[in-house]
Amino acid sequence: MQVTALRFKRKAKQNLRNARLQSALSKIQVRFVQARADAIADLDDFEAVRQRATAIREGVLANLDAWLERFEQEATRRGAVVHWAETAADVNRIVIEIAQANQVKKAIKSKSMVSEECALNDALEAAGVQVVETDLGEYILQLAHEAPSHIVAPVLHKTKDEVSDLFAKKHDLPRKTGIAELCREARDILRPHFVSADMGISGGNFLIAETGSVLLVTNEGNGRMTTTLPRVHVAITGIEKVVPTLEDATTLVRILPRSATGQDITNYVSVLTGVKRADESDGPEQFHIILLDNGRSAMLGTELQSMLRCIRCGACMNHCPVYQSVGGHAYGWVYPGPMGSILTPLYAGLANTLPLPNASTLCGACAEVCPVSIPLPDLLRELRHRQSTQDLRPWRERLGLRVWMWLALRPLWFARATALASRVGHRLGGAKHRLRWLPGAGGWTHGRDLPAPAGKTFRALYRARKPR
Amino acid sequence: MSARDAILARIRSASRGPSANVEEVIRAHQCGPQPLAYGDLVQRFVERAQRLASTVEQVRSRHDVPRAVAHYLEHQNLNRAALCWPEFLDLDWFGARISVAAQRPEPEDEIGITGAFCAIAETGTLMLLSGHDTPAATSLLPETHIAVVARERIVATMEDAWALLRQAHGALPRAVNFISGPSRTADIEQTVTLGAHGPARVLIVLI
Ligand code: SF4
Repeated sequence: MQVTALRFKRKAKQNLRNARLQSALSKIQVRFVQARADAIADLDDFEAVRQRATAIREGVLANLDAWLERFEQEATRRGAVVHWAETAADVNRIVIEIAQANQVKKAIKSKSMVSEECALNDALEAAGVQVVETDLGEYILQLAHEAPSHIVAPVLHKTKDEVSDLFAKKHDLPRKTGIAELCREARDILRPHFVSADMGISGGNFLIAETGSVLLVTNEGNGRMTTTLPRVHVAITGIEKVVPTLEDATTLVRILPRSATGQDITNYVSVLTGVKRADESDGPEQFHIILLDNGRSAMLGTELQSMLRCIRCGACMNHCPVYQSVGGHAYGWVYPGPMGSILTPLYAGLANTLPLPNASTLCGACAEVCPVSIPLPDLLRELRHRQSTQDLRPWRERLGLRVWMWLALRPLWFARATALASRVGHRLGGAKHRLRWLPGAGGWTHGRDLPAPAGKTFRALYRARKPR
Repeated sequence: MSARDAILARIRSASRGPSANVEEVIRAHQCGPQPLAYGDLVQRFVERAQRLASTVEQVRSRHDVPRAVAHYLEHQNLNRAALCWPEFLDLDWFGARISVAAQRPEPEDEIGITGAFCAIAETGTLMLLSGHDTPAATSLLPETHIAVVARERIVATMEDAWALLRQAHGALPRAVNFISGPSRTADIEQTVTLGAHGPARVLIVLI
């Protein structure tokens, strides 16, 4: 998928004016924020679970090579084939090779953000393999030729009426208006595909080193179909998804759906190990697991390593005031919101994603809810710092900072300059004591006024006080 | 260098800190914080299962299962032909006017009757293992899933379920499926709708 993060501002502006989108986004508060709060309260000690979850993920990252090797060894022993991919293009090549070796004509997919990262569908279609998305949200996107706007709820940006129109047009059936009817229609249309597909493609929420298993959490049941019915199953996931034991996976499962949708547990949690046994009537004959790097290993040992703990729950975007206002598409790649503002620059380069680390007020809501305690605002600040040291910021901002630094290092000049600014600001504030416009900060004062300075600096006031 | 070696080499050169003894960590099977003990496992299980929109029927013995199932099917206005795991074929389905068969599940099948390896009180969840006599598709393709579980098989948490599985089988089967109520989707306007691609109804018969 092409990265269009540089257009963030323009897209954000459009989205703020898009009434339909705003109405769709307004649902986040109740459906995600409130639901999460309730589910967290239902745990006896959320903080303890979160700390353990954080420790598990951090522990794996400290020895990622050993854990990956252990996973590979066990998965292979159980009959799976483990593939390693450096880049998104490598993933696509591997999947196409598997498809061709098995004469695959049709592949069904359950939701996988990593495959979005690779734009796998396009690559497969180009290679002559029909791909059918089976997660309802992803299916809608496939019909509409759109990208997901949320990592958990991919069609968050669409209203029911838009889906009605889309289905009526694409399915050539009478237009349905109820949500239940629409779901039913998708079920009926997709069912034959499950049975006729030769290959199932899924993601993987966790890789379990102990048993060589891939763990999947799903609600619709399409993930189970995708991994049970076709003769070939390909699971694609990032190298960072490995956890040591079933117990560790359990701790994470206790916290993932709660953080994502406010469910205690998803409808289905499937732990898949190896291939169909000779006496089994269902299950795939081949199980391929593709481990993608795509910039992940480069984050290890850097200030950004903690981002690799991410379990893709979406809580950070649900709680982000910027995401809640502009929606996911503004961020211009697969991962939106705070986590995306960190991942996209690392994937596409700082220069191609300049607005993203700045598309945050650093209010800290994301870090507060992150189930694996990722200090997202610190990471955003780190990226801002990198932008600045790599001279990627606009010259006016750089000049401004340079002037400020010069002053800040010289107390006497600093005092004079602030005294002057305070006086001038006070004058300009007029009777209302408000500044309606600041030079160079038009964006900031566009929607609000700044209280005018009092006319005297703190230091002046302090000096004026009589010593007791 | 293969992609595998390149990736692993990069990870190695970046990793800080002492290397962990992987096998030791695994053997420890350290559990994270778990819920406080439940007074009554059965009560907790039933309550949570119902919250997830499963129906729960309690019966005295195995032999009462067909009657409970018949009652449910009647109530829901459903057909009386079901797929069934072999372990329950010996029950008197005929007497309850239900026809059962233990064949390979097909997409047209309407009702699937399965057992469960165990059930989890914390979340009202069933744990099913795939196998020759326990095909995974029976709990997946039909629109109605009926699961028969003995009360003694209810454990408190998923951690307990893993311990039970290790004790009983050692290794994992091809698929372990944790099932928590009927399949659902909330993709359209974040409104929950039951019956996505998996079953739309789940009946749990507790013996
Ligand atoms: S960064 Fe944290 S809150 Fe955001 S998706 Fe990842 S795990 Fe969830």
